[in-house]
Amino acid sequence: MKLWKTFFNGIIVENPALRLVLGMCPLLAVTTSIQAGIGMGAAVIFVLLGSNLFISLIKKIVPGEVRIPIYIVVIATFVTMVQLFVKAFAPVLDKQLGIFIPLIVVNCVILARAEAFASKNKAVPSILDGLGMGLGFTLALVIVSSIREILGAGTFFGISLFGEAYKPLLIMILPPGGFMVLGFTIAAVNKLTEKKKS
Amino acid sequence: MELGRFLVSPAPHIRSGESTQRIMLDVIIALLPAMIAGVWFFGINAILVTAVAVVAAVASEAVMQKYVLKRPVTVSDLSAAVTGILIAFNVPATLPLWMVALGSIFAIVIVKQCFGGLGNNFINPALAARAFLLTSFAGDMTNWVAPGADAVAAATPLGLVKGAEAATQALPSLMDLFIGNVPGCIGETSAALLLLGGLYLVYRGVISIRIPASFIATVAVLTFLMGGFDASLAAYHVFAGGLFLGAIFMATDYSSSPMTPMGQIIMGIGCGLITVVIRFFGALPEGVSYSILLMNVATPLIDKFTIPKKFGGVKKSA
Repeated sequence: MKLWKTFFNGIIVENPALRLVLGMCPLLAVTTSIQAGIGMGAAVIFVLLGSNLFISLIKKIVPGEVRIPIYIVVIATFVTMVQLFVKAFAPVLDKQLGIFIPLIVVNCVILARAEAFASKNKAVPSILDGLGMGLGFTLALVIVSSIREILGAGTFFGISLFGEAYKPLLIMILPPGGFMVLGFTIAAVNKLTEKKKS
Repeated sequence: MELGRFLVSPAPHIRSGESTQRIMLDVIIALLPAMIAGVWFFGINAILVTAVAVVAAVASEAVMQKYVLKRPVTVSDLSAAVTGILIAFNVPATLPLWMVALGSIFAIVIVKQCFGGLGNNFINPALAARAFLLTSFAGDMTNWVAPGADAVAAATPLGLVKGAEAATQALPSLMDLFIGNVPGCIGETSAALLLLGGLYLVYRGVISIRIPASFIATVAVLTFLMGGFDASLAAYHVFAGGLFLGAIFMATDYSSSPMTPMGQIIMGIGCGLITVVIRFFGALPEGVSYSILLMNVATPLIDKFTIPKKFGGVKKSA
């Protein structure tokens, strides 16, 4: 039962993006299309799984004073794997995400889970935590990127929704649109969860 | 002394009859000459755009306050109507009406009400709406037509000065520019009538002359210096584009401009500086709206650094 809780914790209760407001940089930068959003989400899930598992395994032998550099090295290893994989098998996605794949190294969601969860828990809960948090982050990416792509380009997964006559709200694809959609998404999540409590 | 007969109450003790409604009414009165000029130059479309902008602004404010925020509805203070008029003034008369309405809704719902309503907006709602529309529908927002009934496509004077558009038309004369007989947004072309409205507002005490004067003076001086001491180019830059509209009606927005006298002058100079930099070095021919938005964001900082010395206060000993 407790393992389930660990898993779902990351998806809704402590959604890293919408509740903890972590990892804002990729969330704002790559959510211009759903494809890019899902691609980024998949990369983050893989890195989180790997780093959480590895860090929980080595937690006993890591000296406290230098734990952060060691976590970064572990995370960077998995990020390099993702980057090479994407470059080799999905060059289009690589172009869309660009610098934001290597920047996953400094994504605070991953370091936060390493520090707050994986370094204190056993391997199995750490895997579930990584999976939950990764899925939660992907969920936020998908929500924000679908709103931005539908409003800003009139498409969903690149398929035109409203026909030729639709004039896209270009600003939604641009950075200000990212901030606006993110703000309203967080507001909506707060409103929904507020009702559940009372 | 029978102290019991004196009531002790906190300040303010003297109230004037001035209200938000009266101030906003003054602004509308000041905007009327330029609005009539806009209708004169751009025809029935200008009336339609203005009407749609005002109705959408007032309606979205009422809906937002009544159903979403569940607060008292304050549309009767006319502030939403002023925002609507200013939005209409900031778009070309050819803009599709649904885009005008969208701009009004954006200004009121997101920029004004989401940040706490009247007095709490951190940037000017009408200018934010203009930036929103310009970013989203760049083509429609720069679809300028020459004044007159025929709706001939034409470039704005500043566009011609910049040489961004093919110079197939001659530069309008300075007199046309002053009166407003040039292509442009509905309310921005007539410097003369905007100036008239501005003088009325200063006379009524609604705005202080500091921001408009320092804004326009900065643009005049800088264009004079950078244009190679050419007085006619400087005059051209002063009367062209949205400088008078921005300086008199937008930069003086109470909640998004500094409160201190010194701060207001800094605001004006900053706006002028950014405007000239955009006009001379930027990609766009016109920079008034973005300069005001940028200085809006800097306003809390300006206020913080220009707090006046308290009356009777002593200088800090060094």
